[in-house]
Formats: sequence, C-alpha cells, structure tokens
Amino acid sequence: MTISTRPVHQEDTVPYDEALSRYEPVMGLEVHVELNTATKMFCGCAATFGAEPNTQTCPVCLGLPGALPVVNATAVESAIRIGLALNCTIAEWCRFARKNYFYPDMPKNFQTSQYDEPIAFDGWIDVEVPANEAGEPPFTFRVEVERAHMEEDTGKSTHVGGSTGRIHGADYSVVDYNRAGIPLIEIVTKPMLGAGDRAPEVAKAYVSTLRDLLRALDVSDVRMEQGSMRCDANVSLMPVGAEVLGTRTETKNVNSLRSVERAIRYEITRHAAILDAGEKIFQETRHWHEDTGITTAGRPKSDADDYRYFPEPDLVPVAPSREDVERLRGTLPENPAERRRRLQAAWGYTDLEMRDVVNAGAVEVIQDTVASGASPAAARKWWTGDLARRANAQGVAVTDLGVTPAHVAELDGLVTGGRLNDSMARQVLEGVVAGEGGPAEVADARGLELVQDDGALQAAVEKVLAANPDVAEKVRGGKVQAAGALIGQVMKEMRGQADAARARELILATLGVDA
Amino acid sequence: MTDATTGSGTSPRDLTRLTAVRMADGLAAGEFTSVELTQAHLDRIERLNPALNAFLLVDADGALAAARAVDEARTAGEELPRLAGVPVAVKDIACTQGLTTTAGSRMLEHFVPPYDATIVTRLRDARMPILGKTNMDEFAMGSSTEHSAFGPTRNPWDLERIPGGSGGGSSAAVAAFLAPLAIGSDTGGSIRQPAAVTGTVGTKPTYGGVSRYGVIALASSLDQIGPCARTVVDAALLHEVLAGHDPLDSTSIDAPVPPVVAAATGTRDLTGLRVGVVKEISGKGFQPGVLTRFQEALDHLRALGAEIVEVSCPHFVYAMAAYYLILPSEASSNLARYDAMRYGLRVAPDGSPSAEQVMATSRDAGFGDEVKRRIILGTYALSSGYYDAYYGQAQKVRTLIADDFRAAFEQADVLVSPTAPTTAFRIGDKMEDPMAMYLNDIATIPANLAGIPGMSIPSGLADEDGLPAGIQLLAPAMEDQRLYAVGAALEARLAQEQGGPVIDRLPEVPETAPEPGRHTAAGTTQEGTA
Ligand SMILES: [Zn+2]
Repeated sequence: MTISTRPVHQEDTVPYDEALSRYEPVMGLEVHVELNTATKMFCGCAATFGAEPNTQTCPVCLGLPGALPVVNATAVESAIRIGLALNCTIAEWCRFARKNYFYPDMPKNFQTSQYDEPIAFDGWIDVEVPANEAGEPPFTFRVEVERAHMEEDTGKSTHVGGSTGRIHGADYSVVDYNRAGIPLIEIVTKPMLGAGDRAPEVAKAYVSTLRDLLRALDVSDVRMEQGSMRCDANVSLMPVGAEVLGTRTETKNVNSLRSVERAIRYEITRHAAILDAGEKIFQETRHWHEDTGITTAGRPKSDADDYRYFPEPDLVPVAPSREDVERLRGTLPENPAERRRRLQAAWGYTDLEMRDVVNAGAVEVIQDTVASGASPAAARKWWTGDLARRANAQGVAVTDLGVTPAHVAELDGLVTGGRLNDSMARQVLEGVVAGEGGPAEVADARGLELVQDDGALQAAVEKVLAANPDVAEKVRGGKVQAAGALIGQVMKEMRGQADAARARELILATLGVDA
Repeated sequence: MTDATTGSGTSPRDLTRLTAVRMADGLAAGEFTSVELTQAHLDRIERLNPALNAFLLVDADGALAAARAVDEARTAGEELPRLAGVPVAVKDIACTQGLTTTAGSRMLEHFVPPYDATIVTRLRDARMPILGKTNMDEFAMGSSTEHSAFGPTRNPWDLERIPGGSGGGSSAAVAAFLAPLAIGSDTGGSIRQPAAVTGTVGTKPTYGGVSRYGVIALASSLDQIGPCARTVVDAALLHEVLAGHDPLDSTSIDAPVPPVVAAATGTRDLTGLRVGVVKEISGKGFQPGVLTRFQEALDHLRALGAEIVEVSCPHFVYAMAAYYLILPSEASSNLARYDAMRYGLRVAPDGSPSAEQVMATSRDAGFGDEVKRRIILGTYALSSGYYDAYYGQAQKVRTLIADDFRAAFEQADVLVSPTAPTTAFRIGDKMEDPMAMYLNDIATIPANLAGIPGMSIPSGLADEDGLPAGIQLLAPAMEDQRLYAVGAALEARLAQEQGGPVIDRLPEVPETAPEPGRHTAAGTTQEGTA
C-alpha cells in the first residue's frame, strides 16, 4: 500500500545495440497461472471468469471470522502435472504458508501460498527461439525453472476516479472478491543468463512455450488478456565479463507476449542509461505501459520486504504419494514443441507457415480438420487466413467462431469437388459463422453453386469477346496473360457462379490459342 | 426427582438444578417440557445475569422456538437425540447465523455471522435450544474474562472474583445454573481453568477431535472446542454431540469419536490404572489449599485402585515461553482480517483517508490492550531475522514437550496436576501484571502445545478461601475416554467423601453485583509465583 509519490516521466535510455555492447542482461520471469478448476483453491465457490462482482464468494474466500480453508485436490493435481511437464522434482511433503501483508483486495490480509516448500522445484524447459527480423537464426535456449508453487489469487481492485486507474489519486476503490481464492500456480525461473541481445526474444519465447504447454495440459485458459496468465519480468544488467548480478527491477503484469519482449527491451535500455551515468539501479517494481512502451516506477522493493511467512496452521501438509505422481505423469500430453515438429513434418508446412499456424492458435483445429478429410494445405489456408481474420476482427479465438474442423473439411470437399470456387466458399463460410448451418446447407440456401453448364459459360465468353475485340486480338497474338481481364468480365457476367479456370479454358479455345 | 438433583434446599420444580442427564431423562419421560426447562433457565438468566454478566446475548425467542419444536416432535412420537430439548449456552467465539458474535471485542460488536459454526450446526442437529452467547476475554486472550470489551464476568462463588478465562462466561453460566451445559474453547486452558475456579467440569478434547470451522480463531494450532458442564457424564454427552470429523476443517481428525459417554458411565474401579503426577506442574508456586485438595484426590485415586507414579516432563519449564511465541504469532495473522474493509468496526479519520489509514484507526479503536500486546508480540516474533530465534525455536520446544508427554505416557495411563495454581483471584488484581495473569495457565498450556486432551474436575474447596479448586487429567491424543473414566470415578468418590458435589456448596448468588471499588489484594491470594 505504500504509494510512490515520485513523478512519472520518461527516463533516459540508450540505444539497444549500444546497451548490449557493454552489458549482459539477466532475466528472471515469474509467471502466474490461474488454474481452470471448477472451484476455488480453498473453498467450494465457482472459479469461473466474468460473473457479476461478489457473487462467487463464501465465508472462506471472504475471510469471515471462523472460516477455514480446505485444499482443492484437483488444483494440487494440476500443480503436480505442471511441475512434471516442467521436468521438476515433485515434493514428497510440502506445506502452505501465510504471506502476511495488508491490502483491501486480500480478505484475510494474508495470502495462503507456498514459501520454502514448493510442490515442484528444480526443473527446466527447452525454448525454441525463432529467427528474428534482423535475420538472426533460430536457436534453442534451456530455461531453468526454480520452482512452481500453489497459491490463491487476491480479489480484484478497481480504482475509480483519478486519471491513471491506479490507487494513487483515485476517488475510491471497489473490490470484486470473485477472484479471491482462485487457484494460482506461480512458476519462477532461475536467473536466465547468456542470451545476449536475444534476451527479450528468449523471454517471449519462454512465455509462449509455457502457454502452449499449459494449454496442452488443459490446466488453465492461459488467456493473457483476461489475466489468467500474468507475467512479472525481473531484469538486471551486469557489465560484460562481470560475475556479480546487478540490481534488478521487477516489471509487473506484462500481459501479452509482445509486451514481454518490449518491456524487457525497454528495461535493458533504461538500466544501461543509469549505469552509464555511473548511478545505481533503484530496486523497485515497475509498471509497463503498453501504449507508450515505457515502464514507470512503482513500489520500492527490497529484500527487507517482510511478509512474516510461517506455515499455515489451518492446513495439513500436502504429501503426494509416488504412485499418484507416476499416475499423473502418465496423463501428461506430448511435449508441444515435439508435437509441433512432428505435425509440421507430416503436414509439409514451411517453418514460416508453421509459425503462422502456431501464432493463430490453430494447431489443434488443423489437426482435427485434416483428420476430417481436408488437405493440410487447405486446412491451413482456411484457419490461418479467412477464419483468423474474422476471429481477429471479432476479438475472439479462432476456435470460438462457431466453425468446426468438420465444417472446414466439408467446405474443402465442396471446393475440390468443383461445386464451389474460392470466393463462393468464403461466402459460405460467412453463412456458417452467421449460424446459418453447415457449409452444404448454406450453399443450398444461398444458391451458391458453380455453373457446370458450358453452354451458358460459352455464351458469356462470346459476349465478352465481342465487347472487347482489342483485348481478344492481343490474346490471339500470343499475349495470353491479357486473358485475365477477360476472365474477370466473364465471371461478372456469370455473377461469380462459374469456375474461373474453365472460363479461361473456353476463352483460349474460342480464340484458338493453346492453353 | 430428589435423588438426581444436584441442588440442595431448592424446590423440586427448580429445573435448573438438575443435571443435563436428569433433564434429558425428564424430558424423555414427559415429566416436564423443553419449553418449561428452557424458560426456567431464561428466568434465572434474567434474574442473575445483570450481576454475573455471563451472557452477552440472550436469544429467548430462538431458544423457546427450538424448545417448542422439540416438544412438538416428542409429542408426535419422533425419535430424538439424547440431549434434545436440553438448553445450552455458546461461547461468543462460535459463529451463530443471525446472532451477533463478538468474540468479546469492540471490533465485532455488531457482527452478525451469515453462517453457523459446525459445532453450532451440531447443537441444532442435536435439537438443543441455544440460550445465548457467553462472555469471554477479547478474542479469547486472557485468563479472567476481564479483557472482554463488554465488562468482566463475575464468579458466582464470589462476585468480586474472576470466573477464569477466557471462557469465564460459559463456566460462570454453568456454575450459577444459568445453563446446564455450555461450549468453551481452549487455547491454553480457557475451558479447564475457568472450570477449576468455578467448581465445574470442562474438557479440552484432542486437537482435531472437534471441528474449529466457524469458531473465531485465536491460535489455529492450539485452539480446541469442548464442553463445559457440572458433571463428568454431562460433559461426555455434550462432547459426543460436538466431536467428529468435519470436512470443512482440514485439521479435524477423520477417525471414530472416542467413546466418552460409555467411559463416563462405566466402572468406577480404577484397579491397575497408572496415574502419573507431573512433577513440574504439581507443586512449586501453587496455593496450599489447591495442593491439599490435589493430594487428597491422589489418595482417593489410590483408594479406587489406581497406582500413583511420579513422572517428569523436563521441558515443561519452556512451555510458557514457547506458548507466548506461538500464540501471538498465529494470532497476529488470524486477527489481520479485522481491517474494517468488509465487516466489523470501522472508524475513519477525518478528511479523505486512504484504506490503510482506515484500517489503522479502526484496529486502534476496535482492539483492546491485551489484543494489541499480543499482535505486536506476534508480529515481532515472525519478522524476518527473528523468526528462527523465536517462532522456530518455539516449535522445537513444542516437539520436545510432545516427546515429554510420550515418555510420560509410557509410565502412566493418565497424568494429573492441579488445573490452576490458585483459586479465583479478585477482579482487577492481575490486570496490571500480564506475566502474573499468564501464569494461571502454567499447568494447562502443555496439553495445547502437544494436542492432547485434558479435563478439569472440581477437587473441592480450598481451606484458606473456601473457593473451588480443580484437578486436571491428561491423556494421550484420541484417548479422551480415559479422562472421562477416571474423571467420573474420582468425581463420585469425592462426592461421597466430601458430602456431595462441590457445586452443591455454591452459595446463593446475589442479584446485584458489588460496586466496582478498590479492594486490597494483600492476603487474599498467593497466586502466580511459579
Ligand atoms: Zn468461497
């Protein structure tokens, strides 16, 4: 609750490349993941997102006098699965602890968390960093995971009035305790060194890899925009060749993949300017501003922050049996990176194509679409093209458009079967998105079907040739590419319901030109 | 019904003088109704509570409605639980839905819980009319009930004296026949010490034996709920109502409830029983009259066939220090939630204060001195840099004390000591000396640290002041029935030898309390020198 009164201003930075010539960046990432369990961490309240404020609460998550916590067994299983997927050791015995501090969004004024006995520790994950725009090659970076521990989320404060949406300067604040007690897993990396100028990219790739992994585990919605996955980025610099870590800052709530990279890049350039000036880094939390691309000072933070941790006396230790751990290990999905490599080879995509598919969150749907009979190329074309654009425009995930893999496979069948052309297929898709039914149904209802009758098409060809004698002459004289303009007009005559390839054939045949 | 009354010189229809067992039997036999029984208690509360201040809240309507429902059910021939219709008082530390629950604090003066504690649900399921909520030291911090924000409870044996604490309200109510049974909570002796100084019976069950869900926490790893009664068997009946696994309390034990009623009503022959006298808490610094009654009790146990052995628990000398680190540490965290943000007292400073300022002023206004003292102590003990030296060290002592008990229980089946070092002291005598106050619990604290069950039963009246003294029985975890077997046998023998139960010698309780005035402490007690 300490409020910084220092002015918010743009601080000095040095150009990134220059900073990297003198300093080695060291990063540490803390990622909070909200689990998708049906109920909260320590009570039976629903843990769903988006309900009316303070409707999903009870004596336990409101911290009423006398209320006691009970651990959500599913959350513990999720934590163990996450730990196993991160190659961690799973504790044979661990406890919860109370992290004591006063804040209105925390009903008990302590957070039930894990302190020195995390459920999972000492893991690692290999992160594939793609080639970048500067042409630097892709590479693999191993991120060491220090720990993954269980805790409960706090309520959500909204500060009303003032200009910044922060508590400072607000007229009043309101708190929604629906979020209080949602199970969280905090995944903490060891210091990440040695990535050099690629450090911000490594951070982004790590968060992205983690997101894929958690999605594959089906333990979280991992929606950064909804806050179900949140990242705090610690950054420090040390002079090239030095052995001692520099003072770090912690940039809180960096809530998109792109921001992770940008915020770290910014902090590197800011730290470098301070160190260049011979000054000291002030250990503090920083706020990331998506709009201006800078961070500003938050709360001073020091190692003397005293949360007066002690073992939570209202809970018994968590002691997962080795049998249970092995059973859970058996439920782990294929590693997403390996799976991606396997699918890319099977589908014959280029690296760039595969990256688009991954970025569109379309690996699963493409897999299902191919399984439903579509070609990998067609599946990719629809899911990363037209459907991705629609999803983007609507601000939803591509899987939330109401179009199923079966729909896309059916649509692909209509195109390859010659019933629809591409533009008609797009219209059909629009109908499917609008809820008018499956592709064949929509095509029927909208009367979309390629004219298969060459007679009508031939008539249209002759009409267009007669109207454009000069173009026809050019084509006849060998400029075959000029036929494009004629095809367009023929398609227009046919009101789009013709196969453009057939129209081209007929035009060339009529003019006596070899295709 | 004269054979079963515990009162003397009372009219046969004074239902409040009956034991809970006799009340239950009378109700079952149709001798009187629950409404009559409940009303008799409400009448007595109305008459005597102004002087005693045992109840902070009396729910006459609720109690009578519950009584009426029981009577109707009985008339309709329904099968009813054993204590159905027998009224009970609840310490104001247990949440009661719709009934103000204050924990003796200004902070919660107007707090009306939206839910029942599990033990309250169990009382309702047992069809026991709840008479009201009893007074206590604020958040159960104290040994005299003087730390209640709503005035001290007075001891029915002498209104100028304390009834013990923190559960002085429950024990005073039971001793003064305002209720046959009451609920207490015991963190370091808050059931047993008040029982001792009011001439009643009180049990702290095995930690985890009774659910803590909905009971306002003082120190989570020490708190335990238990029965207050006038006889051992009455306590056993209430114990069985309260005990049993509760999925809402993670520390609640998922095992069969120890057969305490069977033990309390079983054989009075203690042949072959090994009774250990704990050297460290049975002599030095204890009031002579208390020790005399204790020694006599040992003789009676011998007469009943028991073998008396002396046992040593060498780490008990550190118990008090460990207790006063663990308790404040946990309490400082448990009481953090009282921040005026969601419920409870809210005092905002002038101007447009920040949330932090509202929290600070509210906590300053809402908490009494003893609560603040312990919050500060606990906050300090948990601070980084001090944790290992204080909290960490205290936990080690706790392990050593548990080891002491383990060794002692290899030599003895039950352990005994005087419950409290003194009889009831005068109101005001120890308010300025927290250390002297803390020493009241010297004999009771080890059981909380080790999680084992303990019971106090009256050992008689001390010669020098004519006030009740108690003997404490201790048993291994989940062996609560041993307390009841030994307690019932000793209780019967003492009544036989002393010419009736201790509680029968309770003098008439005056209807008005003496003016709060100055009195001299000199010569009245010899407490607190251990
Ligand atoms: Zn809840």
